[in-house]
Amino acid sequence: MSEHRVNDAIRLSRRRFLQVLAGGAGVLMVGIRVADAADAPLPPALLGDTFYDLGAYVRIDREGNVLIGARDPDTGTGVATALPRIIAEELDADWNRVSVIPLGLGVADANGQPRWIYGRQIGGIGGSIPAAWADLRQVGAVARWLLLQAAARRLGVPADRLGSESGTIIAPDGRRFTFGSLVEDASKISLPKTVPPLKDPARFSLVGSPAGDVDAHDIVTGQAAFAIDQQADTALVAVLAHCPWPDGKLKRIDTTDTLAVKGVVKVMQLNPEPDQPWGSTVIAPAVAVLAEDTWSALQGRRKLKLEWAPGASAGESSAAMEQQASTLLAGDTPPTTRVRNDGDIDAAGKKAARRLSASYVQPWLAHATAEPMNCLVRLDKDRARLVVPTQAPQKAWAVVQRLTGLGPAQIEIRVPRVGGGYGRRLDHDFVAEAVMLAKAVDKPVRLLWTREQEFTHDYYRSGCVHQLSVIINRKRQVIGWNQRMASASSLAHRGLPDNRLWTSELEADQLPAGLIPNFRSDWYGQQSAIPRGPARGMPFLSNAFAVESFVDEIAHLLREDPLHTRLRLLGKPRQLPLSAGGTLDIGRLLNVLNLVAERIEWKNWLRSVNGLGIACWYVNGAYVAHAIEAAMQGEKLIIQRVVCAVDVGRVINPLGLEDQVAGATLDALSTALNLAITFKNGQIQQHSYKDYPLASMAQLPDAVEVITVPGNRDPTGASFLAMPTAAPALANAVFRASAVRVRRLPLMKELLRML
Amino acid sequence: MVPVPAQAIPPSPDSRITPVKVRAGVDLMINGEHFRHTGDPQMPLLWYLRDVLRLTGTKYGDNHGENGSDLVLLDGKAVSAITVPVAKVAGRKITTVEGLTANDGTLHPLQQAFIAEDAIGCGYCTPGWLMASMDLLNRNPRPSDGDIDQLPNLCRCGCQTRVRRAIKRVAATKAPRP
Repeated sequence: MSEHRVNDAIRLSRRRFLQVLAGGAGVLMVGIRVADAADAPLPPALLGDTFYDLGAYVRIDREGNVLIGARDPDTGTGVATALPRIIAEELDADWNRVSVIPLGLGVADANGQPRWIYGRQIGGIGGSIPAAWADLRQVGAVARWLLLQAAARRLGVPADRLGSESGTIIAPDGRRFTFGSLVEDASKISLPKTVPPLKDPARFSLVGSPAGDVDAHDIVTGQAAFAIDQQADTALVAVLAHCPWPDGKLKRIDTTDTLAVKGVVKVMQLNPEPDQPWGSTVIAPAVAVLAEDTWSALQGRRKLKLEWAPGASAGESSAAMEQQASTLLAGDTPPTTRVRNDGDIDAAGKKAARRLSASYVQPWLAHATAEPMNCLVRLDKDRARLVVPTQAPQKAWAVVQRLTGLGPAQIEIRVPRVGGGYGRRLDHDFVAEAVMLAKAVDKPVRLLWTREQEFTHDYYRSGCVHQLSVIINRKRQVIGWNQRMASASSLAHRGLPDNRLWTSELEADQLPAGLIPNFRSDWYGQQSAIPRGPARGMPFLSNAFAVESFVDEIAHLLREDPLHTRLRLLGKPRQLPLSAGGTLDIGRLLNVLNLVAERIEWKNWLRSVNGLGIACWYVNGAYVAHAIEAAMQGEKLIIQRVVCAVDVGRVINPLGLEDQVAGATLDALSTALNLAITFKNGQIQQHSYKDYPLASMAQLPDAVEVITVPGNRDPTGASFLAMPTAAPALANAVFRASAVRVRRLPLMKELLRML
Repeated sequence: MVPVPAQAIPPSPDSRITPVKVRAGVDLMINGEHFRHTGDPQMPLLWYLRDVLRLTGTKYGDNHGENGSDLVLLDGKAVSAITVPVAKVAGRKITTVEGLTANDGTLHPLQQAFIAEDAIGCGYCTPGWLMASMDLLNRNPRPSDGDIDQLPNLCRCGCQTRVRRAIKRVAATKAPRP
């Protein structure tokens, strides 16, 4: 009850100063819902009226309301909650009095070069929490130090005799002073020369305890404004018709009917800049319709008469790519990159008692973010102001800077909450489009992609084929592992040397590397003009599916319990050195594996009427395992039970972590069950959700049981941690339930074919 | 229609009342407020809400209403706002996500349940889930898992298990069926 009251008060005060801001900027604003690209990303100049700065991230007013800036874009990963809580912990703030604001891009002009005020600003790639742990604790500690100094001066006692707790500074005699009563003095004290000592984790009260999403109230009331919801009064709405081929050309255009649509203002052509890498310029030639409102723009686009000439990509098909991959892997051609070669796989063959080989085929994938690509741009002579749904505002800045030639600090980029990222928003083709359009008209531009474009013009994950072979000796030990993978690198056309292209597709240390004396991993690169880019969970996602399915096939060959096979492969708890430095803790991996096995009652594996499947993986310092129980009802697959255990080291927000793990599990299941992008004559064949059917509620499990291993090591990220093991655990369960071994995704299509 | 000449109008019983001709446009009732749309009557309700009224809680998902981000309640039933032209909803009661909250700011129990269960991924499709869940609970105050399975919404963040818990949380407060 009191919590609600306080939050409402904060919300009101936020509204108040945003209105003040609007007045100062001379723009009419209605409440806080309607924002304008003319507004600054943060209102630092006006914050001084009531709020006092304690560093770049923390502001406190006289009433003790605390504003904390969230540095990294929150694409649904929970960082807008977790990062400010790390600061609030060291500050000893009362979380009920904390409001969080997205910071937007922090950039200053350092002799013509950008200086990033807030340090690293990237969301959704698993790095936000580790980075925040390394530097944002200090932010909170510094702000607390300033308040302590202010109290010390007022009381005439040394600061080290003061304490702090929940928004107050405590004097030696027990008197309490609220942050609000000290902040004006504190804001005048110079920052310390060295970072004050950080808190003893034993005293943590926020870190490690659950917190709901800070934006939850605004989201369930429809008040949370995403970039797509931002308005600028005079902005023109731009919609695009993209060429079906990224390397095609506009052959003929008739805009007569389009320009006759009421509200349509202009039709323009856009072309990719040939010297720019993928993700930095327009994704394919396009015709833009600019209109006064969305409906007029869409009607205008419908009335365009366009004829496109195909480029060389028109010869490509996903089926031919797969065929080429299989041929490459079956032949004697040397690999593009030999990623790893331990022992002597050829010599090991002489000791073979048994051998097993299998191939796994995985499709191309799209990102299908909930919020389509969009961008609001206002260009003035000496200023660019944008609202961008991006995971990487610094990369967006680089695109804007190149296209406008403006100075570093003349570019303002606001990043409100983002409707899903999954890697799509690490690329900024849509920002380039919006800026190019805004340069050509003297009004702000609000670019909007429609759903069909999200499917047909993406930076996809390449399809891939894995060919795995093992050599097993007479003692039933796996003594040789030979894996070959073929795919089109998502790092191609991005300025990387050829010998690094494998790094988006494979990891040198990925399991079972290091566990088998003779181990070889080869990558075969394929060429394609179909754009590719970062995708959630890669490269773990595709490799874990192949490897963890294959481990089950080995178990089946040896007539062994697949959990037992895994335990034998992993061996005793120990530190396994990684080629990139650091170690993989086999003990922690065994632990998550055993936790899911216990929870799902793996001992019933052989007897269970339903199928049980299990898988585990290592992801950038974190450990994950899934156990899944599935049943077949005729041709219907029922996912009865899903258990996931994760070990991320210290848990910042247990509720947020559980959300991420359950969410990524469902995403991975949905992807494995249903999804594939295909192309023919260079044209993507999926145009709508009907063609790219994310799993319905009925297809997904009713619950995901999440087990979190407590720990005190430095935290790792978790935004895609639970992606890799869900699909193989499901495929392994399906094998037990149906006797069908699915070696090709999407799973449902293949399962129905083989049943 | 032939306009009625002014002199043909019978004298008003009260001289202060002046006759007003029927205006062009479509009358709309959105979240309890009346609006008159004088633009293209074929404009989909979604763009009217978003571009004209700037009620941006209802989201654009796709052009066919396949993913449920654009659901609104039309006389209590969930419909996709992009598939309905404004002309079709004249005079009918439309509720958007903004209309779930009471005028004094009190949240609907379903909104509270979504917060309590943290039933939010990126949050973009959440308004659509809320409207679909409202529709379900209107029809069936104590839905089974099978009933909940019928929700049409799609979500890549994977909020489904938490939405299910939120709906059950609301249903648990309803009296059992007689």
